[in-house]
Amino acid sequence: MSPAEQVEAPVELRAEIERQMALYPDSRSAALPALEAAQRVYGWCSPEALEEVAGVMGVTPAYLESVATFYDMLETKPVGRHNVYVCTNISCSLCGADELFAAVRDAAGEDAEFNVRAFECLGACDIAPMASVDGVYVGPLTVEDVPRMLDDIRAGRPVLADKQLATRLVADPNANSQQFPAHPIEEPA
Amino acid sequence: MTDALLFKDIDEPGLCTREVYERRGGYASLRKALAMEPEAVLAELEASGLRGRGGAGFAMGKKVSFLPKGSIDKYLVCNADESEPGTFKDRELMQKSPHMLIEGIVIASFAAGANRSFIYIRGEYVHQADVLDAALAEARDAGYVGENILGSEHSLSLLLQRGAGAYICGEETALLDSLEGKRGNPRLKPPFPANQGLYQGPTLINNVETLATVPTILDMGGAQYAKLGTDTSKGTKLVSVSGHVQRPGNYEIELGVPSREIVYGLAGGPPEGREVKCWFPGGSSSPVLTKDDLDLPYDFDSMAKAGSMLGSGAIIVVDDSTPILDVALKVAKFYRHESCGKCTPCREGTNWTVKTLERIETGEATPMDLEIMASVQEHIIGNCLCVLGDAMAMPIGSLIAKFRSEFEAHIEAARAASGLAPGASTPAPALAGGLA
Repeated sequence: MSPAEQVEAPVELRAEIERQMALYPDSRSAALPALEAAQRVYGWCSPEALEEVAGVMGVTPAYLESVATFYDMLETKPVGRHNVYVCTNISCSLCGADELFAAVRDAAGEDAEFNVRAFECLGACDIAPMASVDGVYVGPLTVEDVPRMLDDIRAGRPVLADKQLATRLVADPNANSQQFPAHPIEEPA
Repeated sequence: MTDALLFKDIDEPGLCTREVYERRGGYASLRKALAMEPEAVLAELEASGLRGRGGAGFAMGKKVSFLPKGSIDKYLVCNADESEPGTFKDRELMQKSPHMLIEGIVIASFAAGANRSFIYIRGEYVHQADVLDAALAEARDAGYVGENILGSEHSLSLLLQRGAGAYICGEETALLDSLEGKRGNPRLKPPFPANQGLYQGPTLINNVETLATVPTILDMGGAQYAKLGTDTSKGTKLVSVSGHVQRPGNYEIELGVPSREIVYGLAGGPPEGREVKCWFPGGSSSPVLTKDDLDLPYDFDSMAKAGSMLGSGAIIVVDDSTPILDVALKVAKFYRHESCGKCTPCREGTNWTVKTLERIETGEATPMDLEIMASVQEHIIGNCLCVLGDAMAMPIGSLIAKFRSEFEAHIEAARAASGLAPGASTPAPALAGGLA
């Protein structure tokens, strides 16, 4: 590629990546933060985004692609801008997560705003079944919570404010009491 | 049961701020440590008998002592990539008491002579990472982190790195690769990280809970801490209880209490009318135990003696309403998804285990498939660079061994339902991929 064809990263993205690179003894350590920064700008790690990051970091786009494809949270295809990760690992499944995931997927339907994914253990089995909405943990959820959850996201409100993990106590003996669904775990269709 | 140590003030409002943490006695242990010789701090850690809380249970003090002496660049890495299914204790500590972790890191770095440190937190923990970043800024401002900490000779940089979603990055060498900006592939060991770790330098890697316990040990004294727990499992442990229990959550217990006390006494046991069918004592990677094992003391050696492991201290309870095949399939699918693909036994073994379990579900399997699947597990164990494959093979192997009759009944029932029962013509088994 001749220098004339080189893709230039926007000034702010370049500054952020360079700031990250300076934090580490070896600047290549900034690959993950840099890709996350690019994803925040473009919504996903597009080929153009990878070229821009590569240009700042002095590595090849192919190298960054090998990194981006390894990690679940780096998107290598265009996706909706709101991430809804529904945990479907063992503890959440035992508490009805597979039905929950199906309900979220159906309710979101074709809405291009949403990136609905079944996710591996999100580390919040105390509020199973649960979901991470743009990084905010909510649970325990029932299928009845799903419409309100999506409405909150669409309206830009705090998502399910009464069910956010961040506000829960540890030592409250009743904090985690829950009812169980009558059915065993099922695989998402 | 002993008083809580790590969870003593856990619900104190504002504990995540420096002000409240200090009011509760925070950073006093750091001052105490910095007034001692590093060797004396290390001696306290060794005397405490503290074993790693991340999964392997290796003696923490010994791990520190493995680092070479001398004034070379040494690193300390805190493994906050808590991803073992069923585990959520580090999340609680980082969110509620981030300064306890930071204080532990600074003390441990002093004992190990490390001057650069990193916390590698899983990317999904957005809130916890934000809390930690804010606490770190406070700690730097107060002179607890940085150059010449509290006027001493000890300096330490501490940086929070966010992962991007990969279970394997909880494996210490994969974590190091990820921290270096690469794919999280495990490395060949030896060399061990204590000799050649981050950027090829000597590196101490410890779990969040392990490091967060360090200030308590300095405060109590190692010998006093060692009085808690059992002969070989000292101290208290955070246990994450989840699945079919009425009060899932994090509980701090003294090691050696009866498992029943945790599952029933603290977490309330399964809902009314149901019984424990099996339980994972240390995350989904641990071989399952049954309700007959509930009276075992919950400590490292008792779990090992029972053929399982304490692991990360994550108890997942499965009640008798759940088909064992569903449990096996969930577990196997997770490890198939998370295998990094570097070693053949793990990459192929996890895949074929899932396919075989699916054959059972669709009625294509015969009892022989059970033998093949059990033998696949045996061929994974010990044959890979890291233990991810083992982490599937151990629970799956134990499920087959302990619930063989249920698997066999499931095979027969599914065959009958699909018209493939004995006597019916059986289609050729799928030999190549793509048919399953």
